[in-house]
Amino acid sequence: MATHEPLLLKNMSQPGYTGSLADYERAGGYQALKKVLGKILPADITEMVKKSGLRGRGGAGFPTGVKWSFIPKDHPGPRYLICNADESEPGTFKDRQLIERDPHQMIEGMILAAYAIGVRTAYIYIRGEFALGAKILERALAEAYQAGYLGANILRATFELDIYVHRGAGAYICGEETALLESLEGKRGLPRIKPPFPATHGLFQKPTVVNNVETLANIPHIVARGPEWFAAIGHPPKSSGTRVFCLSGHVTRPGNYEVPMGITFREIIYDIAGGMRGDKPLKAFIPGGASAAFLTPNHLDVKLDFESVAQAGSMLGSGGITVMEEGTCMVWAAENLLHFFNHESCGKCTPCREGTSWLLQILRRIDHGHGKADDLATLLRLSGNIVGRTVCAFGDAAVAPITSTLQYFREEYDAHIREQRCPLRPAPVRELITVGREA
Amino acid sequence: MRSIFSPAAQTRIPGLIARYAEKRGALLPLLWLAQEEQGYVSEEAMKEIAGLLGLTPPQVYETMTFYTMYHRRPIGTHHIQVCRSLMCALVGTDHLLGWIHAKLGLTTGQTTADGVFTLSLVECLGSCATGPMMQINDDYYERLTAEKVTRILDDLKRDGTCPLASGPFMFPEPTAK
Repeated sequence: MATHEPLLLKNMSQPGYTGSLADYERAGGYQALKKVLGKILPADITEMVKKSGLRGRGGAGFPTGVKWSFIPKDHPGPRYLICNADESEPGTFKDRQLIERDPHQMIEGMILAAYAIGVRTAYIYIRGEFALGAKILERALAEAYQAGYLGANILRATFELDIYVHRGAGAYICGEETALLESLEGKRGLPRIKPPFPATHGLFQKPTVVNNVETLANIPHIVARGPEWFAAIGHPPKSSGTRVFCLSGHVTRPGNYEVPMGITFREIIYDIAGGMRGDKPLKAFIPGGASAAFLTPNHLDVKLDFESVAQAGSMLGSGGITVMEEGTCMVWAAENLLHFFNHESCGKCTPCREGTSWLLQILRRIDHGHGKADDLATLLRLSGNIVGRTVCAFGDAAVAPITSTLQYFREEYDAHIREQRCPLRPAPVRELITVGREA
Repeated sequence: MRSIFSPAAQTRIPGLIARYAEKRGALLPLLWLAQEEQGYVSEEAMKEIAGLLGLTPPQVYETMTFYTMYHRRPIGTHHIQVCRSLMCALVGTDHLLGWIHAKLGLTTGQTTADGVFTLSLVECLGSCATGPMMQINDDYYERLTAEKVTRILDDLKRDGTCPLASGPFMFPEPTAK
């Protein structure tokens, strides 16, 4: 296997690197900003990002430069930039690391993005639980103001920018960009109906760009080394660049690994993450966060790029790869994830609000040995009534664990119902995990 | 009416409101500030915040109750939040709950009689490679074992802090080549 030069994790991979402004500058930080600020036209930066092929790293994979170019040029403003640091997709923990170990990398990305789209006020919406991350960002922003990278007359160019940290307060849905906007406006985080899109009617109904942490962290590298260089990394033209993949579950070496897109699941699971814990056989894996459909050992040679994973019937999503060994009960796994989706459904759309509750109850019944003969048909019918019938993508995500485990592990569901018990001897976890929580 | 905010907190309020083109944008930050002051958000706090932002108290209430991290009543000094999502469950949430139960006798939703610890189960905290894990107040505690849990709970009860809290996150940690 080829060795990979890390891009986003490069600085923090040096022992002793603290993420301070001094460390970041010593590693070449803020050179991209100095290279372009006041020296090239904002539109040229957007053009560079378009040419680089960078696609959003939050989950949906929308081309970043194209998103920026949707901001109306003649709008009197204000316009807003928001860094989406609401990392809440189960299985995903890359943004946390990018924020806490190299905060200036994403801040420089934000300044460049703000310059490109003509923004003077930007926000970092960070999930409430990341209290440490919020503190680190506040400290880094203070350093950046002090050094003249933020505030008025940045680097003596006629460009000004303020960045504020805004903490969420425990709601997965606020990672959805229109729910995030509602939350930032001080409201319940209910997704908006699109159109209009945030590019024209975003925060306070003004033109707004929302970009993920990892997306923004890529910008200084693209600006410093050129779009052609970036576009050649990974699996171009549709999947350029690296991704920080988050390995979790039953692998020997879980953690964050940055690799060029286009390597296979087999490589990342067996070569990079050290293979299966205790050399047990792999039973299933989730390729891109809890919203992505389960895949099986038959999919190990699928490439980690947007198109290949979509062709395999799932999605690259947020880059969270969760690996499960032989012996893991798939009904239990689906039930666990449905608990998540039921808990996090914002309640706006009836199919999702009511449907996730019914799906969870039926899964729990099957898992606990009380499944009925027609339960699987009911699961599929309910799932079909959620998909495509909600304001945001949450509804589709919520049924993915069920439809995919039913597709690949139907026999396991049948056995639960036939034998009226879990044939895989459930771990005691489920008794404890349901105590006092939901009746 | 007496403010629920301390003088130090009061000096921060105008700056927080000024960050947003519409005052209401400061609602979540002010709820955080109130919770820092009181340990929870009282009805008096909701009313005061409503007054500051030109909202009605029910508007503050309906927004606040959407978010799980704001408490409407006092809880234990140390709020233990155990991640229950799949990635942690695969590597031992059950054990972790067992260790906590053995040590404190708590199941989820309960507070110890001395008011020191409250236990909650929460969804994914973004710590999936380092489970099983828990968050206690602002701090993460990861890759937990029975020994670590005992030490953390003892330290917190005795000292109010514990050195096992996670620092800036990177996993795997970098190694010298």
